[in-house]
Amino acid sequence: MYLYSLTLQQATGILCAINGSFSGGKLQEIVVARGKVLDLLRPDDNGKLQSLLSVEIFGAIRSLAQFRLTGAQKDYIVVGSDSGRIVILEYNKEKNTFEKIHQETFGKSGCRRIVPGQYLAVDPKGRAVMVGACEKQKLVYVLNRDTAARLTISSPLEAHKSHTIVYSICGVDCGFDNPIFAAIELDYSEADQDPTGQAANEAQKHLTFYELDLGLNHVSRKWSEQVDNGANLLVTVPGGGDGPSGVLVCAENFVIYKNQGHPDVRAVIPRREDLPAERGVLIVSAAMHKQKTMFFFLLQTEYGDIFRVTLDHDNERVKELKIKYFDTIPVTSSLCDDPDVEASSATLMETEEGFQPVFFQPRKLKNLVRIDQVESLMPIMDMKVSNLFEEETPQIFSLCGRGPRSSLRILRPGLAISEMAVSQLPGVPSAVWTVKKNTVEEVSDSGFLDTTPSLAVSLIGDDSLMQVHPSGIRHIREDGRINEWRTPGKRTIVKVGSNRLQVVIALSGGELIYFEVDMTGQLMEVEKHEMSGDVACLDIAPVPEGRQRSRFLAVGSYDNTIRILSLDPDDCMQILSLQSVSSPPESLLFLEVQASIGGEDGADHPASLFLNAGLQNGVLFRTVVDMTLEYAASFSSDQCAEGVVAVAGDALRVFTIERLGESFNETAIPLRYTPRKFVIQPKRKLLVTIESDQGAFTAEEREAAKKESFEAAGMGENGNTDQVENGDDEESTDPLSDEQYGYPKAESGKWVSCIRVLDPRTTQTTCLLELQDNEAAFSMCTVNFHDKEYGTLLAVGTAKGLQFWPKRSFEAGFIHIYRFKEEGKVLELLHKTQVEGVPLALCQFQGRLLAGIGSILRLYDLGKRRLLRKCENKLFPNSITSIQTYRDRIYVGDMQESFHYCKYRRDENQLYIFADDTVPRWLTAAHHVDFDTMAGADKFGNVYFVRLPQDVSDEIEEDPTGGKIKWEQGKLNGAPNKVEEIVQFHVGDVVTCLNKASLIPGGGECIIYGTVMGSLGAFLPFTSRDDVDFFSHLEMHMRQEHPPLCGRDHMAYRSSYFPVKDVIDGDLCEQFPTLPMDMQRKIADELDRTPGEILKKLEEIRNKII
Amino acid sequence: MQASDRFNINSQLEHLQAKYVGTGHADLTRFEWAVNIHRDSYASYVGHYPMLAYFAVAENESIGRERYNFMQKMLLPCGLPPEREDD
Repeated sequence: MYLYSLTLQQATGILCAINGSFSGGKLQEIVVARGKVLDLLRPDDNGKLQSLLSVEIFGAIRSLAQFRLTGAQKDYIVVGSDSGRIVILEYNKEKNTFEKIHQETFGKSGCRRIVPGQYLAVDPKGRAVMVGACEKQKLVYVLNRDTAARLTISSPLEAHKSHTIVYSICGVDCGFDNPIFAAIELDYSEADQDPTGQAANEAQKHLTFYELDLGLNHVSRKWSEQVDNGANLLVTVPGGGDGPSGVLVCAENFVIYKNQGHPDVRAVIPRREDLPAERGVLIVSAAMHKQKTMFFFLLQTEYGDIFRVTLDHDNERVKELKIKYFDTIPVTSSLCDDPDVEASSATLMETEEGFQPVFFQPRKLKNLVRIDQVESLMPIMDMKVSNLFEEETPQIFSLCGRGPRSSLRILRPGLAISEMAVSQLPGVPSAVWTVKKNTVEEVSDSGFLDTTPSLAVSLIGDDSLMQVHPSGIRHIREDGRINEWRTPGKRTIVKVGSNRLQVVIALSGGELIYFEVDMTGQLMEVEKHEMSGDVACLDIAPVPEGRQRSRFLAVGSYDNTIRILSLDPDDCMQILSLQSVSSPPESLLFLEVQASIGGEDGADHPASLFLNAGLQNGVLFRTVVDMTLEYAASFSSDQCAEGVVAVAGDALRVFTIERLGESFNETAIPLRYTPRKFVIQPKRKLLVTIESDQGAFTAEEREAAKKESFEAAGMGENGNTDQVENGDDEESTDPLSDEQYGYPKAESGKWVSCIRVLDPRTTQTTCLLELQDNEAAFSMCTVNFHDKEYGTLLAVGTAKGLQFWPKRSFEAGFIHIYRFKEEGKVLELLHKTQVEGVPLALCQFQGRLLAGIGSILRLYDLGKRRLLRKCENKLFPNSITSIQTYRDRIYVGDMQESFHYCKYRRDENQLYIFADDTVPRWLTAAHHVDFDTMAGADKFGNVYFVRLPQDVSDEIEEDPTGGKIKWEQGKLNGAPNKVEEIVQFHVGDVVTCLNKASLIPGGGECIIYGTVMGSLGAFLPFTSRDDVDFFSHLEMHMRQEHPPLCGRDHMAYRSSYFPVKDVIDGDLCEQFPTLPMDMQRKIADELDRTPGEILKKLEEIRNKII
Repeated sequence: MQASDRFNINSQLEHLQAKYVGTGHADLTRFEWAVNIHRDSYASYVGHYPMLAYFAVAENESIGRERYNFMQKMLLPCGLPPEREDD
């Protein structure tokens, strides 16, 4: 089996971001890293973030930094990745690409302990960059300019220190003196040798300054001093003439100002009032804001609160460090300071040089204004593909987010649209056309027949007009001559489609008549064709440039089909293709995407044609709208570059398509806690989700606490007028949204959890059960027990008092059985059974319930008061995380040891393992593919398929003992048979769910996956050997001619953990159009094709998936 | 040191051990080996952001806190070293 891997939606989670002016000039731009993708974003005039460029780099980005050479107008990007190389990129505005300026190899590839890439720091004056590893190694590169003003980079200077862990590095601003880099370091060499533990207790983090002597071209340790042991982050303080220089050391609970020869200035980070005493406060991201006369820092804690830190300084002496509560936004991975976001600061709570805890209450945003937000799917916890809404294409239901930002998102292949304008029309229009004119005005001498309703009016031929009305066609020539064609008999024209040179009309009864404009400009009848029934709509594709006619006619019929007919003289009116749709088509439109050669990005795009169909049920092909679009036409103007104008009822609506690059549009339904799993009830069209959070309060507790704290705040105000603020009244009336502020933290041993029944159509929750008594739900399935007394039941596996640290422990595990009431909308607990482990996997099997309880696989039957044990197998290595069944086989996934194939023998009532995997895989997702094959994903970002060899499979099926004899002969605690790995691919992101589905009607079935970073992808099996050959050659050439941007070898990346096997990377192949034209031709020649054919192939295979 | 010593296997090994932390030797104890494995694992978790995100969901902590915890654990990943036998 060969698979084609394609990312359907890029990861939405961001791991780091930098801002600067990358295209030069005054524009502020943001570069964000989304795991393996580098994006360039720019806020437009309305503050909306526009994505300018998105490049997959086939490697893991770990850090980003920007720098600017003195006097330059443009920032460069430094990328720290897993490639063992430092890469400096420049954004090329003309070509809209990132250009690799420098790439210097310094170590092995991969995210290793001592290979730099984890940390990056730049000298604020852009003279040097330091790249550091978690341990030991730090390299400094000197940056300079040559005579042609090109950026140069030196060979690396070492600043290594063995047995030393590095927590953070940053550049120190010391004007134009020698560049200095600061690092938080911890020496572990003594702690490793001392069995008494004394050395470990005394191990102290140090802040070390490394000076780069530009004259000697040498790096030396300049200064090292003890620093708080909770230190985790360094922030550069402006120096030179702008500030006191030095660094801010962010530590757990403290922020400390440090500089060489300067006493420490320390301030405590204010705590939220409701924070448990055991928890510290950690700064996770920081940004500096600098204006001409002042500067300040924004530091964000792990709870999302942002503090504004100011330094009160007198030249180089820092007198005071102030921390003020600023605002609260969801926890970021990177703060980018954008001058537009700033507003004046208001004091809420201030601390000066004190170690006593200081408390504060979060309040709503006062200083920050949200300008734009980009939705993220991160993390995808579970996903299923189903056509619950009975639409043209199935919907993807995915559980996303965590804690207060949890949601169920319904994704549909297609583009999100935004409505630009709606205008009510006088009377109900019957259709809309776009005419090539700038303004619309009434003309009376047009020659149009205005006593009869027009079906269509258009320009035809060179400069004549055509009016189609029910009883005929009027063709008005330039000089005013009118040619009229009348319908035969009493038949009337019901539909018409035309382009500049061709006209097709449909008569009542279903006859199609085809006209063409001949050389003399006459409209001539060419062909007739009888359709089986009335025609609902039709359209002709525009005439391609340089051609006499378009080949395609699309006809929609009331029997829910769309046919494509040929208009070629050779096979005129022959049906070329037929597509079934879910409801009668209402309107059809061919859209031509113009060919462009050597366009803006230097690429060659062949012309392509898209058929858009509006259906009666409101579905616009590839575009879903919330109402019946009666007519739609494409539209382009100054305000709206690519729009669709449509008529619905008596309103004219103008849409634009948002974010054209994305392939899904989504609807989100908020959930309460981190969603874990869900099941779909296809008949009742309901979803059941389980949600659990550790270290959180239940909804009621939170409600009560919130009320209390607001009351307390009110009291404080009355008592102390000094603290009264303008905003306070507002605050108490406006409860804080949890989405913004996060849930308050509870002790880590405390769990909250709920089971929810949800109607995805109305987005209503019909039943919500909060689990009591510190129980949390982790698994579920629907089950029909064979006595059928209750019909479908819901089984939910829970754990009470689960703890992961210091050792995994729990008080008890349970399996709850619920029955559905009121047509499935309400759940009622039937009974709950205590089990001796955490049930992480449940599955129905032959009218019974299979449960994976720790390392035990057990079969249960339904009893009156509890579940009854029927059979069990305790031979699983660690913990069972997935169970899938097919016929009499059971496919069990172990948390650490991949798949185990089991069988159940009814006559002997025995469960036994007959095959397992040879590789220890930390399974995160599993899906049953066929009788012998399983697809799985592991924690390290690999997707793999295993298959039981055919002969072994046959032997087991034919063996009257079902392979049981052999099972008894298993060796070394393993099963007697081994599955073989048939597919292996490194996705580069933790895959959390796998599914088998076809996303388009008639499309190939593929494996769809969702990841922690919020990306969606698919694996499509190839159907022909030719395609495999073609794509593997294309991939090979792409690897050679177009190595990944950040210096990682493509093949090595896809084989990070295991050698890649039988998967072709579609993401790499799809970079083909971004190559320069001569390169495209070169590759195409090697493949004996034209670049156009390659693009067509790529498009074809993409269209098979989505 | 003679010029020929530079190429014998022991000095090559020593060179590797000095250059690459965690390179083993014949007298490596079980504890030292485990410490290396753990430090490598933590460094890998910190380097792979999706993995941090995965742990963060499991423990309901922020990604920054997870990173800090893993870095902190690099000091004594396997607890205190055992008493030396020759002591």
